[in-house]
Amino acid sequence: MSVNKGIPKVDGMGLVLGKPAFTDDLAPRDALIVKVMRSPHAHANITKIDTHIAEGLPEIKCILTYENVGDVNFSRAGQGFPEPSPYDHRILNKTVRYIGEPVAVVAGHSEKAVDLAISKIIVTYDVLEPVIDFESAIDNSIVIHENDGTSSMFEIGHKPKRNIAAGYEMEIGDVQKTLESCDVVYEGRYYTQAQAHAMTEPHSCVSYLDQQDRLTLITSTQTPFHVRRIVGKTLNLPLSKIRVIKPRIGGGYGGKQAIHGEFFVSLVTIKTGLPAKLIFSRKEVFTASYTRHAMRVDVKIGSDKEGHIKVIDMDILSNTGAYGEHALTVLMVAGSKTLPLYNKVDAVGFRGDVVYTNLTPAGAYRGYGAIQGNFALESGIDELATLLNMDPIELRRMNMMKEHETSEIFEIMGEGQEGTAMTIESCKLAECLEECLEKIDYYKKLEQVHEDPNKVTGVGLAIAMQGSGIPYIDMGSAILKLNDDGFFNLLVGATDIGTGSDTILAQMAAETLNVPVDKIIVYSSDTDLTPFDTGAYASSTTYVSGHSVRIAAENMIKKIETAAKVYFESEDVCFNGMDITSGESSISLKDFSTKLFYSENQEQLVSSGSYVGTKSPPPYMVGAVEVEIDVRTGHLDILNYVAVVDCGTTINPNLARIQVEGALLQGIGMTLYEEVNYTELGANRNNSFFKYNVPTRMEVKAMDVTFVDSYEPSGPFGAKSVGEIGIDTPPAALSNAIKNALGKRMTKLPIRSEDIWRKLNS
Amino acid sequence: MEVKLIINGTHYKFAADPDEYLLDTLRKLGYKSVKRGCDTSSCGVCSILVDGDLVPSCSFLTVRAHNKPIITVEGIQLEARKIGEMITAEGVEQCGFCSPGHVMAVYALMRENTHPSLNEIKHYLAGNLCRCSGYEGQHRALKKLMEVK
Repeated sequence: MSVNKGIPKVDGMGLVLGKPAFTDDLAPRDALIVKVMRSPHAHANITKIDTHIAEGLPEIKCILTYENVGDVNFSRAGQGFPEPSPYDHRILNKTVRYIGEPVAVVAGHSEKAVDLAISKIIVTYDVLEPVIDFESAIDNSIVIHENDGTSSMFEIGHKPKRNIAAGYEMEIGDVQKTLESCDVVYEGRYYTQAQAHAMTEPHSCVSYLDQQDRLTLITSTQTPFHVRRIVGKTLNLPLSKIRVIKPRIGGGYGGKQAIHGEFFVSLVTIKTGLPAKLIFSRKEVFTASYTRHAMRVDVKIGSDKEGHIKVIDMDILSNTGAYGEHALTVLMVAGSKTLPLYNKVDAVGFRGDVVYTNLTPAGAYRGYGAIQGNFALESGIDELATLLNMDPIELRRMNMMKEHETSEIFEIMGEGQEGTAMTIESCKLAECLEECLEKIDYYKKLEQVHEDPNKVTGVGLAIAMQGSGIPYIDMGSAILKLNDDGFFNLLVGATDIGTGSDTILAQMAAETLNVPVDKIIVYSSDTDLTPFDTGAYASSTTYVSGHSVRIAAENMIKKIETAAKVYFESEDVCFNGMDITSGESSISLKDFSTKLFYSENQEQLVSSGSYVGTKSPPPYMVGAVEVEIDVRTGHLDILNYVAVVDCGTTINPNLARIQVEGALLQGIGMTLYEEVNYTELGANRNNSFFKYNVPTRMEVKAMDVTFVDSYEPSGPFGAKSVGEIGIDTPPAALSNAIKNALGKRMTKLPIRSEDIWRKLNS
Repeated sequence: MEVKLIINGTHYKFAADPDEYLLDTLRKLGYKSVKRGCDTSSCGVCSILVDGDLVPSCSFLTVRAHNKPIITVEGIQLEARKIGEMITAEGVEQCGFCSPGHVMAVYALMRENTHPSLNEIKHYLAGNLCRCSGYEGQHRALKKLMEVK
């Protein structure tokens, strides 16, 4: 058996040993160095770019400005087609809309020559007033996208004249009436900040023309097939002329779903015929890639006096920065992957606007709105319990989603469009809750008094859900090829960005074929060699791509048996993974496959499978945190974080655990330390690892992640997703713990020591 | 400037720019295990040994390494495999971009302190950032590797 086993990652040892495997490692030695000249202004029209001095410098081969890159509008979001994000971007824009936006691109034979050339480009700007405060963006006299061809592919609430990138509204039942009829209503306003992905490998891409004069891109992406489509469409190249190779990727978390330098290197290569590479500096990653959408979330929760929640209303203002990548979909997920947690309501309201500002664009980021919505909702549940004078755990027990139940929200809210109705066939929230309470010793910790009078302890808890791919949109596919000596190539479009998806997909193929995992040689994401997959996002790989591998393997068994029938001249054949048997005769797969190539009934056996989800079963989790706070300074220490997760079958328990642990720390980082911080003029204040505080290994004393027994009938081998769910609980769980420790509700992220101190001293 | 470097036992002699950093030199020479995560010596993914000391190569001038022995992961494959077995058994290498620098730091730690406590391990490796794993799995692996009780 290969599934539900914690085998090492197939590529793990090679990476540890430092094998050249990442984009920059694979760049041709003679690749032109490509660098980007960036805007120093948050909002300005370029009135003139003078590049003639720079062009005349030694070693300089190519300079791109908005004047020679075309004026096609598109979205860099890296989503399926048609995209739910506005077409508000051009390869290089004449109007720059954030500090760090590309103004010119220079390619040359050495970094020094390129740096010198950039310093000799003279740009004249007509500097405009920027919009920095997202709460004043709507109907501001300053319009960020005006007369720039901005459009949307379908109705997404895009109103550029009002600085609105996208908007959405829905109501089930009568929210107002239900609120009025409630005995108790909690109303709260919560703020979440822009968070940086801070993957250790910066955005990187390489391009060259192959021997057939086709454009080849090696790129650090989560979405190689979307890259091919978007680059082809925007540069007006037939897709047959483009190959995108995804090598090993040094982390993504959503940040590499979008297109970054791919257009620039492609254009340089097309214009010069030479290979080119663009590796972002860390400063560029911080200032000029993407962040998480900052949000203001207003939540209202109403119940009767016994604690039956009757209505939830959520109203969001989201900040997408200069461009609207993922604007609508992240907004919708803030509701669609939080509100169904409490499904016994009479009414639910959800609405929001996503606004443009002159800041670094926001994009996809693990959690994808759910973490923002969860902060407000799960803090609000504790607050409602206080108003009811009730145990917040009991309030959750009474009202939360249970197995075999549903929520109308599933049908109404999808990602960018209508959703898909589904009944929840696996939901072990109740088991997760009880186990989590026991492990953290919740009630004892609640009463605990610190022996040091200057310190207090607290415990807090939150529940969460996510999804498993986007139904009827996310598609994965796989090809299996039998080789002589009886091993298989597994070719998948699924994009392993360090998560271990190559490994778990190989495990699923091995499980279905009943062969050892080392008989499966997996190769992922090369648009020439592997079949299609939408990419590594939306928690889709295990569930969606996993099914495609299962189907391909089932088809391979049929192919082997069909070939064996010819070989044995009998209809009665059976393949058990090792041997093929017919009556008394038997042949090993090893010998049979060798015969198939060299001696008898020669045939290459190839099977394929593809899959589109028809539902998106949510993984669930309960997270509880124990904190210690020094009341003199506000300093907060996390003593223990307990997470109990229902992700269905864990295909690889080790990798699933690391996914949750890693996500937890990213969520903790967002809650306590991290914030992309801007000056009044929109300049990024913390664009290095010195100033942007990614958690180190010192930040958490203990972390305890476990999985409950769960089986999702619609999932491959009972699996649901696990990539995102881990990030959702820290904001609310920590805010609840602080409330329990200090009696003060923190409603704005990040919750830094100084914020706690101020709250205590206000 | 003419510089002599001894990288994993191999001698090199070449002209280096005075402002050239060891990270760029090493990658140019084909030592691709040395990664660039930042340029402010804050993330640890470019960690190597120069004259026995663990240093971030992104901010170590090449000329400073003149005549000094340099060790990268390519030069300690056997030891790296041993460390790697513990790390991959936990699945904690994840994207693997920080792994070579992490392995160099663990190697350096083990040379300096054969029986570190978990706290000593954490302090020694505090400069090695990992955004994927949340570190807990690394600590499980390293506790086994270094037999921490």
